[in-house]
Amino acid sequence: MSVERCLKGWIGQMKLELRGITKRFGALTANDHIDLTVEPGEIHALLGENGAGKSTLMNVLYGLYRAEEGEILLDDVAQHFAGPGDAMAAGIGMVHQHFMLIPVFTVAENVMLGHEETSFGGRLNLAAARAKVAEISARFGFHIDPDALIEDLPVGVQQRVEIIKALSRDAEVLVFDEPTAVLTPQETDELMVIMRQLKESGTSIVFITHKLREVREVADRITVIRLGKVVGEASPTATNAELASLMVGRAVELTVHKDEASPGADAFVVEGLSVIDPLGQLVVNNVSFTVRAGEILAIAGVQGNGQTELTEAIMGLQPQVRGEISLDGRSLRGLSVRKVLDAGVGFVPEDRQEDGLVGDFTIAENLMLDRSDGAPFARVGTLQLSYLSSFAEQKSAEFDVRSQGIQTPVSRLSGGNQQKVVLARELSRDLRLFVAAQPTRGIDVGSIEFVHKRIVATRDAGIPVIVVSTELDEVTALADRIAVMYRGAIVGIVPGNTPREVLGLMMAGEQPPAGTIIPPSAESSHSEGVVA
Amino acid sequence: MSDTTTPVAAAPATPPPASGSATGNEPDDGPRWHSVMRDIIGGSAMISVLAVVLALIAGAVLIALTDEKVQASAAYFAARPGDLVAAVLSAISGAYVALFQGSVYDFRQSEFLAGIRPITETLTFATPLIAAGLGVGLAFRVGLFNIGGRGQMLIAAACAGWVGWSFQLPAPLHLVLAILAGVVGGAVWGGIVGLLKARTGAHEVIVTIMLNFVALYLVMFLLRTPGLLQAPGTNNPISPAVMPSAILPKLFGPGFNLHWGFIVVIAATVYVAYLLNRSSLGFKFRAVGANPNAARVAGINVKSMYVYAMLISGGLVGLAGVNQMLGTVTSGFSSGIDAGIGFDAITVALLGRSRPWGIFAAGILFGAFKAGGFSMQASQGVPIDIVVVVQALIVLFIAAPPLIRATFRLPTPGGLEPGKPARPAKPADTTPATTPPATTTTKEAVR
Repeated sequence: MSVERCLKGWIGQMKLELRGITKRFGALTANDHIDLTVEPGEIHALLGENGAGKSTLMNVLYGLYRAEEGEILLDDVAQHFAGPGDAMAAGIGMVHQHFMLIPVFTVAENVMLGHEETSFGGRLNLAAARAKVAEISARFGFHIDPDALIEDLPVGVQQRVEIIKALSRDAEVLVFDEPTAVLTPQETDELMVIMRQLKESGTSIVFITHKLREVREVADRITVIRLGKVVGEASPTATNAELASLMVGRAVELTVHKDEASPGADAFVVEGLSVIDPLGQLVVNNVSFTVRAGEILAIAGVQGNGQTELTEAIMGLQPQVRGEISLDGRSLRGLSVRKVLDAGVGFVPEDRQEDGLVGDFTIAENLMLDRSDGAPFARVGTLQLSYLSSFAEQKSAEFDVRSQGIQTPVSRLSGGNQQKVVLARELSRDLRLFVAAQPTRGIDVGSIEFVHKRIVATRDAGIPVIVVSTELDEVTALADRIAVMYRGAIVGIVPGNTPREVLGLMMAGEQPPAGTIIPPSAESSHSEGVVA
Repeated sequence: MSDTTTPVAAAPATPPPASGSATGNEPDDGPRWHSVMRDIIGGSAMISVLAVVLALIAGAVLIALTDEKVQASAAYFAARPGDLVAAVLSAISGAYVALFQGSVYDFRQSEFLAGIRPITETLTFATPLIAAGLGVGLAFRVGLFNIGGRGQMLIAAACAGWVGWSFQLPAPLHLVLAILAGVVGGAVWGGIVGLLKARTGAHEVIVTIMLNFVALYLVMFLLRTPGLLQAPGTNNPISPAVMPSAILPKLFGPGFNLHWGFIVVIAATVYVAYLLNRSSLGFKFRAVGANPNAARVAGINVKSMYVYAMLISGGLVGLAGVNQMLGTVTSGFSSGIDAGIGFDAITVALLGRSRPWGIFAAGILFGAFKAGGFSMQASQGVPIDIVVVVQALIVLFIAAPPLIRATFRLPTPGGLEPGKPARPAKPADTTPATTPPATTTTKEAVR
């Protein structure tokens, strides 16, 4: 660390400038002559769709990629980072979207990891690390116990540990990569406060996100990038619509066009459902709800509050399930996945790459993944390949799957096109219930619109639909009714037009204000909004 | 972290499918085991061929180093360097010419029929290797590591042999029954593994290794105990000879060892190719092998796939045991009848990339090594162990594709792992088709 840097460190002011950064992957230009200047002590939001090149740019800054063209300047001095180590030494810190923490280590151990101070004989100087954590924690009012194990801490606090980690290495520019993806609305608000505090203490912040609301709330300046290029700068006073149209290059309608639902009779009923996971934890706790034919019930909640296990229990993917699940009066509980699918349940799993698709298989093969057994895809145990290819051609046209043909392995498709393949497969059967978990996670805006339209069309065809989502925008756009889950239980079931502040509180486990819970409907004898 | 491999390793996650926040949405840190499996299966044919070439080059170095003339001339290298070069060249060419003569065509023979004898020997050696290789390769495709070839072969040989010497039956029927008995024996021994894995989650690697021991000592016990499998009137652990009616007939008359087992193995290859590529069951096998989670969510019963796959795999490996029993060692068998084929089969399956016809070709190559190795030793005095080393090196090189790529400066292949186009260049193939039209066509969709 140079002397100048030490001096700068006292003042805590560093100007970061990226000039003409160009990064190519083969013929794809992920970053095309991007200029970005982050003034000392400002929060600079980098706004863009998934795939716009934000993360690539930050990986260049952090020394993970080497740019083909362009340079990085800190206080007008050109830098050459061979790896993250160099970037860190120069004062750049990164708070990754997926925390780089070791769950079984304490906060102090994680903070010193990679920069361990040792005394004689290689003995770890844990006291120094503890003191450092305590000092930074006190400075920003984090209230973090240096000896707490990471795995015992809530997600929001783990993120603060990441921040401490960066600050303990004298970071003067902090890069936050999609920091709010894993947070509750309340934790998000707290993070905004922390970011402002950091700014006041002289740290510059690069805030990568695609969420307009947060940008407008906290950023001093906004740079919008699209398809690898800077398409504009905006001030936080710009409207959501202005920012969104910059991001996608056209006017987008953020809301989904749907008519008023005309729900029919109760079709899908879950009563007193509990799930015990393989580790013996009660992950879904006595959940009851009803979905009527032709309505969308959205299940909202922060990731990891039992939604995953709930959908898995419905699909027959969870071994230990108590309670009752019935579809059109027929019990689904204890049935194999095969039988649940045969009963007419369509399922979009939340992790399409892990659970929804076989990456090495072609589009065509993935389209028959669930029906390779019998007619029309197989006859006497032999695959009917000519039928399969005509089916696949038709479905990829119908669902607008953009590829180089039905023999393309799905691993080569973009996230949005992969999701369309899953959707095409699941909506090609005769459905009596449709369950979509995180249907638009990590896909581009165009595909999001397509997926939303399909979901609404499924509802309008008179099919009960369950949408599980952690994105409040998606929940409020799609839902006719919203069930909020917290720690495995349903906090309450509220109408689709419930304000997001109320939903946010419910996602943090607070009871909804009286009057918002839908009373057990007159035509239904099933209790709703059960709280364990 | 700071070396140049980091960008390459990290690059794939970000390019086009979904960079931004989605770097983390495309994780493939699922079961590591399966990504290893995918690597093994997914390697390209070019890698296999180059692995063989590289192993042969390494073998040439060993041949030169162990050659006495080379060693002698190296002693006076400074005085006459030409001697050393000549000695090295003659040692290597002598050895590989002998290998060729012993395995393909012996051009020293005047008659054509005598000349082609080596190739028939190669095919004879290849027959059980292909059968067992198909078994191991099929298991690979389902994501299972069947290293229980030895046990499955021993049980199969015992079953086939017992039918072969215990019954008096007309020739074709007797033979067919004996083959079936062996295949069923192997299938049962393999099926036990599948059942244990499906029911209890026991790892097939451990179970197959342990069952190898069980099979070995079981067969040894049966061979030592009078009244069971031991030949009457002997004290040695050896079985009676198989009756002529149950022996696989020679294909080209008594002058050649090649027998009908080779035809059976061709049929088996055709069957496995159909099973994997054209059948419903094979489709489910491959789905389970490539992504068991997605297979399960799509309603495929993963556990029963494990059982079926191990049954068929064991049956195919059993066919190798049958082949040894009814084709090669018809005079009665001992516990060494598997001749290491169960383990060589793993190599064959790897070299053949678990594709049926790839395994067929790899089996023939290894058959050639076996046949030619003997002639190399006999005519040139090259230790046969060198052939074994070459075989081992082939596996080593196949298991380390980056080594091959670095040696031959091949580009890094892409698209092996879902969501991770491993070659940064790969996105180029997809982006023109996806990204630019996305803006235009979805516009229409909005209207």
